[in-house]
Amino acid sequence: MFESLSDRLGAVVGKLRNRGRLSEADVDEILGEIRTALLEADVNVTVVRNVLARIREKSVGEAISKALDPAQQVVKTVHAELIALLGGETLKITYASQPPTVVLMAGLQGSGKTTSAAKLAAWFKKQGRQPMLVGADLQRPAAVEQLKVLGAQIGVPVFSAPGDPVETARLGLEEARRVGRNVLIVDTAGRLAIDEEMMQQVRQISDAVQPRYTFLVVDAMTGQDAVTVAEAFNTTLAIDGVILSKLDGDARGGAALSVKEVIGKPIAFAATGEKIDAFEQFHPDRMAGRILGMGDMLTLIEQAEQVFEKDEAEKAAKKLATGKFTLDDFLEQLQQLKKMGPLQNVLGMLPGVGAQLKDAEVSDDQVRRTEAIIRSMTLEEREDPSIINGSRRTRIAKGSGTQVQDVNRLVKQFAEMQKMMKRFGGRLPSR
Amino acid sequence: MLRADLGVKVTTALLESLRERVKRRDISDSSALVQALRADMTARLAGARRGLDFDAARGTPNIWMMVGVNGAGKTTSLAKIAAQQIALGRSVMMAAGDTFRAAAGEQLETWATRTGASIVRGAEGADPSSVVFDGVQSAASRGMDLVLADTAGRLQTNTNLMDELRKVRRVAEKAAGVVTEVLLVIDATTGQNGLVQARQFAEATQVTGVVLTKLDGSAKGGIVFAIETELGIPVKLVGLGETVDDLAPFDPQQFVDALFDE
Repeated sequence: MFESLSDRLGAVVGKLRNRGRLSEADVDEILGEIRTALLEADVNVTVVRNVLARIREKSVGEAISKALDPAQQVVKTVHAELIALLGGETLKITYASQPPTVVLMAGLQGSGKTTSAAKLAAWFKKQGRQPMLVGADLQRPAAVEQLKVLGAQIGVPVFSAPGDPVETARLGLEEARRVGRNVLIVDTAGRLAIDEEMMQQVRQISDAVQPRYTFLVVDAMTGQDAVTVAEAFNTTLAIDGVILSKLDGDARGGAALSVKEVIGKPIAFAATGEKIDAFEQFHPDRMAGRILGMGDMLTLIEQAEQVFEKDEAEKAAKKLATGKFTLDDFLEQLQQLKKMGPLQNVLGMLPGVGAQLKDAEVSDDQVRRTEAIIRSMTLEEREDPSIINGSRRTRIAKGSGTQVQDVNRLVKQFAEMQKMMKRFGGRLPSR
Repeated sequence: MLRADLGVKVTTALLESLRERVKRRDISDSSALVQALRADMTARLAGARRGLDFDAARGTPNIWMMVGVNGAGKTTSLAKIAAQQIALGRSVMMAAGDTFRAAAGEQLETWATRTGASIVRGAEGADPSSVVFDGVQSAASRGMDLVLADTAGRLQTNTNLMDELRKVRRVAEKAAGVVTEVLLVIDATTGQNGLVQARQFAEATQVTGVVLTKLDGSAKGGIVFAIETELGIPVKLVGLGETVDDLAPFDPQQFVDALFDE
């Protein structure tokens, strides 16, 4: 995992003297670190430049709030700016007066169009509509077959016809009218933005079916090139909204910001997994935190919810933030945390913990050893590790098959972790 | 350089190196700067073993596995590799190890038909390890040269799926064959997460090389520079389109030149 923004800024803040107002030099130094963070998050170079220029204007001369240090102040401005950039108006789906309401899916190869088309169909069905899917990707072997299987899974009819994608789309529209489906989702082949012939083709498909909504499906792990792709598709098709896919990964997702900057249309949906129900409204605030590398506490809670009970999850997160987290709690959570993915990734999502983890060299072997050590402790020792003296350490080490140094290390690191969590309890992005 | 997805760390290091040389008066005019940078980058990519590992003396099939995240181009790349190997006179068995994705088996079957490769499939939802195992057994009993094992796309953050992949690799060798290549397929549009992907997939399956796909697009695939120089995983092949012939060996010089093209 890359160094978290909090880690970077920690270094910068140390060097700054606390003045009443933010000087140009202060702001530039802080923005320098933020620039690195955004670039590492895959935000396009030009977009980063533009965004930071705007923030610089806002920040220089700003009075430093008594509650925040200069770096925190700028971060707060950046965070708010990113939320505004990513958010703005939400896409409210309205329906055509003459059914069907046509939706066109476009994007690069492998971006997630077909899976998203099915998810969208399921979503419309939940809204009480009668959707139909059209398999107009006649390029990729078994693409239509894939859509048919997905359609069967969700109980949505799938139309396709061999030959020419433009004709297939047109026939699909006719079919939808004939059988009375009121939403038509047209899946198309993935295509390169610089492939003139293929871009012509998708334009023809669009002309043939006159979509009310054209969605550009963008992979959350896309790098700098997201801008080129977005621009080209938007020029050819006039995109109405973006669907950001594969958000269940750990890509920071800067492409979202780049695409939004370029197209200016809402990011309508977030696709968060391979299953059909992994489809939700896009949350600009969560995405802003994720891109900045502030740690996405909300995602953590959400993921935890899948594994824990809801109140348990909130309790755990609150305990983490207020430092009331004991070794016993830690043991309990370790079991659950293991299910959420590699420990490094999960804990790395918490702001500031990243640095601590680097020293700790957390690995899943370490988790097992840590579990063993904690289990060899008495309940008292877990509640209050300060009572663990020399003879207790020896006993614990023997009981867990580890060395006294391992026990010492765990107790020390845990104490530091508690302190750190408590410190960041105040710095978490507000909801 | 940043625009090519090289990343902040790599870019900074390369420019630092350049700065040093300027300070030492190694480079004195600006036109030589870019040239020096290109040469430096090409040099850092030199010396890697880029051939596909095929051990003919084995007597049992070589197994090449395709791994990577969703949508990277594993199945299409597998088909291209099959076509190439068949053209070299080798017998190829495809193992449809993606038992999750709807119609993944059909997709690979189409490629088997088009290329003349044999194929072993399982039922949808079947255990991928057993499909690959069956593929290898079948190939071995028929004295075939090469098994190309497809796997389902998966994000490296999903521990269960990464465990499943570990198992596929382990089980593949329990059959009468040996894994000589584990190819990580990476989309050229991938940003910095590509390095994380490489790290995780390498840890899980001992990746031997990278196939960089969709290089016919506008993306430069700069992330592979870090994958090679930081992780020591060589890029072996590049994908340049959707047809079966669109596969070429990775050429470091061409790659670096393209980074500077605009």
